[in-house]
Amino acid sequence: MNERSIAALQSEIEEEFSFFDDWTAKYEYLIDLGRSLPLIDPALKDDDHLIRGCQSRVWMASALENGTMRYTADSDAIITKGIIGLLIRVLDNHPPEEVFAAELSFIDAIGLKEHLSPTRANGLLSMVKQMKYDALAHTAKKTS
Amino acid sequence: MFTAPELLELRAQFPILESKVHGKPLVYLDNAASTHKPERVLEAMNAYYRTAHSNVHRGVHQLSQKATDAFEQAREEVRSHLNASDTSEIIFTKGCTDALNTVASGYAELLQPGDEVLVSTLEHHSNIVPWQMACKRSGAVLKVIPINDAGELLWDANLLSPKTRMVAVNHISNALGTINPIEQIVRDCRTQNTAVLVDGAQSGPHLSIDVQALDVDFYTLSGHKIYGPTGIGVLYGKRARLDALPPYQGGGDMIKTVRFEETTYAEPPFKFEAGTPNMAGAIGLAEALRFVRQVGLERIQAHETALLAQATEALAQMPELRLIGTAARKASVLSFLIEGAHPYDVGVLLDHQGIAVRTGHHCTQPLMERLGIPGTARASFALYNTPEEVEVLVQAVQKAAQMLYEPTRA
Repeated sequence: MNERSIAALQSEIEEEFSFFDDWTAKYEYLIDLGRSLPLIDPALKDDDHLIRGCQSRVWMASALENGTMRYTADSDAIITKGIIGLLIRVLDNHPPEEVFAAELSFIDAIGLKEHLSPTRANGLLSMVKQMKYDALAHTAKKTS
Repeated sequence: MFTAPELLELRAQFPILESKVHGKPLVYLDNAASTHKPERVLEAMNAYYRTAHSNVHRGVHQLSQKATDAFEQAREEVRSHLNASDTSEIIFTKGCTDALNTVASGYAELLQPGDEVLVSTLEHHSNIVPWQMACKRSGAVLKVIPINDAGELLWDANLLSPKTRMVAVNHISNALGTINPIEQIVRDCRTQNTAVLVDGAQSGPHLSIDVQALDVDFYTLSGHKIYGPTGIGVLYGKRARLDALPPYQGGGDMIKTVRFEETTYAEPPFKFEAGTPNMAGAIGLAEALRFVRQVGLERIQAHETALLAQATEALAQMPELRLIGTAARKASVLSFLIEGAHPYDVGVLLDHQGIAVRTGHHCTQPLMERLGIPGTARASFALYNTPEEVEVLVQAVQKAAQMLYEPTRA
């Protein structure tokens, strides 16, 4: 289980991003993040795990392990992948009820809200919904 | 190319071009998706609503006569612009997609099982899906004209069979800018009774169109792509073809007499204009066509060709950039990919530099599949773009490439 809470992780990211002077630095960081994260078992990049967006594709796999949600994901667009890296950093390895209840305010705070807009059709918004849906499904299992 | 003072004067008619994006001047290069509207088009539409509006074709009172005259004058303007022989051959639609559906829906009733419809690999979904629907309803077969890797149509008269009833192709490809050999296709189709429909969504703003000289059976235009309003388009059809085509939508205005036992239809064009038309849209479109004719389509074409050449030459020098669509004859559109980068990423980084391009599959999924790519980043030029804007684009693409370029691992 992640020692830091979802809220604490979001604050951490907001602070890191506050040091960026301009959009170039911010996006260079995202691109680096996207490049350096091995996010999903390539065997799982199949249609079952595909979240189809109009602009870029996203794959996401989730599992409940030792009472917490574990996520891996990937995208064919590197900026999308960088944002995925941030989302997983915040949501991975927490109890499912906490993931389901999480409000991802940090995305707006760091000026990336547009990437999670449904009109972007880049698969990110659908991915977040799926992550929460998977968490909810595991919450139901635990209480049943 | 337009001179600097001419460009200033042209751009002054489009105040939206002074907008800022992420704090930077807007460089609008998404004209293939939609163009901006000059003030005179907006004023014409407002003036219509302020002084002339009423429902058309039905009224005895003066205001309705004024509206009808304005609407029918707009129709005559379009006829003249396309050099159609008669206004009955000019149908106002909701747009180019609506015009294509009007024809395809009628053909769903005219086609027999085993008949063939030919479309091309370059087609926009709007000139594929309606034909797929028509073939499904009628039992006809859809066949595809192939392309080469440069994005040129591999037209061959042998693609025609005795069963080919319709060839539907775009004049200019929205994804690649290829100008297609319509004249040749029409000549070959004339040796048999095969109809030719040309999707002119992208050609309207870039080429002079003479439907009699082209001898096409149907030609479609998009209003919002030629500096006109959204929600209006044109279907041109040869009178004989329109007489033979079953109507698309039923309702008021497209009828002669209505009885529960039997209803008879009006003649073209009204046969295909059910319900209250988009009068303001038609008037806006007519004003846009007047504007374009006054600027001069030949001059517009020369200007855009020069911008395209400037951009192509500069971007072709980047080893990590791949031009997509390298036909010998092209208009206005420059599609590209940066090696190892997804077009979405390119679009985001260009947006932050104030540049509006379109990324993705451009509603041409079969074409993207044929080319083996997920999509492209596409810049498309219009009469109000400048050589300075091309410079900004080139520098912005170079910056995006620096940030994104990753050699594809062998």
